[in-house]
Amino acid sequence: MTITREQARDVVERAVRRIVPDADVASVGDDADLRAAFELDSLDFLSFVELLATETGVRIDEDDYPELTTATGCTDLLVRRAG
Amino acid sequence: MPSLGADMDAGTLVEWLVRAGDTVHRGDPMAVVDTDKSAIEVESFDDGVVEALLVEPGTRVAVGTPLARLVAVGMTVAAPEQSAAPAAASRPAPSPGQVVVPAPSPGPVVVPVGGRPGGRVSPYARRLARELGVDLDRVSGSGADGAVHAEDVLAARATTTEQVPDSPAVEEPVALESSAPPARSARSARRETIAALMSRAKREIPHYYVATTVDLHALTEWLRRTNRERSVAERIVPAAAVLKAAALAARRHPGLNGFWVDDAFVPAPEVHLGVAVHVRDGALVAPAIHRTADLSLPEVMAALRDLVSRARAGRLRRAEMADPTLTVTDLGDQGVEEVIGVIYPPQVALLGVGRVVERPWAVDGLLGVRPTVRLTLSGDHRATDGATGARFLTTLDELLQHPEEL
Repeated sequence: MTITREQARDVVERAVRRIVPDADVASVGDDADLRAAFELDSLDFLSFVELLATETGVRIDEDDYPELTTATGCTDLLVRRAG
Repeated sequence: MPSLGADMDAGTLVEWLVRAGDTVHRGDPMAVVDTDKSAIEVESFDDGVVEALLVEPGTRVAVGTPLARLVAVGMTVAAPEQSAAPAAASRPAPSPGQVVVPAPSPGPVVVPVGGRPGGRVSPYARRLARELGVDLDRVSGSGADGAVHAEDVLAARATTTEQVPDSPAVEEPVALESSAPPARSARSARRETIAALMSRAKREIPHYYVATTVDLHALTEWLRRTNRERSVAERIVPAAAVLKAAALAARRHPGLNGFWVDDAFVPAPEVHLGVAVHVRDGALVAPAIHRTADLSLPEVMAALRDLVSRARAGRLRRAEMADPTLTVTDLGDQGVEEVIGVIYPPQVALLGVGRVVERPWAVDGLLGVRPTVRLTLSGDHRATDGATGARFLTTLDELLQHPEEL
């Protein structure tokens, strides 16, 4: 299943909002550190990764976590893996 | 109104989860109660049929006040005082004068049951609405199935304020009973609760502190290897392994696992590890993972995720709030290297866990770089001495060197 950048970006935004309902991803910028911006702890982050993986069917390992720091990084990884 | 913590003397009934005529069983959630610490689900203490709900949502009542009347299954006529569930669990029955609940009016009692029509309200939205004095019935939800989120409350408040610019009522908390000072928000009430508890801890408990730095190389390597085989949902974070190890260590050092009651230490028969959880609106709760030492590591991980998500959604259970025998506070995610914590009375110890930090580390005479964590035990000097705390930390270190046995 391929997904567009736009779709991937949308998945990222929805995943953040599932964990922090009041989150405004657009306001912090695509290159902001998501964990810092939304005060995600390690359990929140695990839920975030879980949402990204289940929504797209992409396999995400712990070794990929450094790339998932920003919305841009998340989008890049999802597009690349889904393609 | 059950006592949901040693320091609680009143609670606000937020929402009924049952209605008159429902059959309930012992342990079924019946209502959501907001204490000054967090919203908690209160379970039924008995089997039966709900005959009447005695307290309307939004009412603040004293501990010991009957919330609902149950009758045994099969009985159709009211049996007064048959069973006042959920009544106080660990407190004596209230004296008649203590009951502050207004006399229940049969009609309106049933109307609010089941909450607002059309959708659910997030706990944060509910809290915000009360603090801002927004009527939830007039808020339209933007979430799935019309669920009301915080932003909807804020939007509704903006509208209301425009319509009634000078109305002081807008700023009044709507749900607090008249006996409570109107200016006292739920948030400041929570701060007061924490203030009272922590002041008591620092006033009464002569704390001692012992600390050590633990090499987590074995644990992180083992987790990296085993987590590859696990689905994302089943992956284990280092914090869960530290919890499991702490529970095992507490079992080996029972002098740290229990309560200081009436000038004497009372050991707890089981290890129910309390986990300090920061809720997003600034509240702090420390509910228990029951029988932590008996759970497998994946079970501890699942229990931790469940507990944290329910704590944040305001859905903790009564027993979870009342039962912790030893609390762990992990502030590693907040970036600090060391936590020297304050003991939760009447517990006698607290384990502070810092961030996993890569540090230079001497191994077999050579310098290497290892992931490490700073563990600090705060102990009640009335119950134990520093040597006990030191032995606890040594055991904890040893356990963490063999993660496959956790």
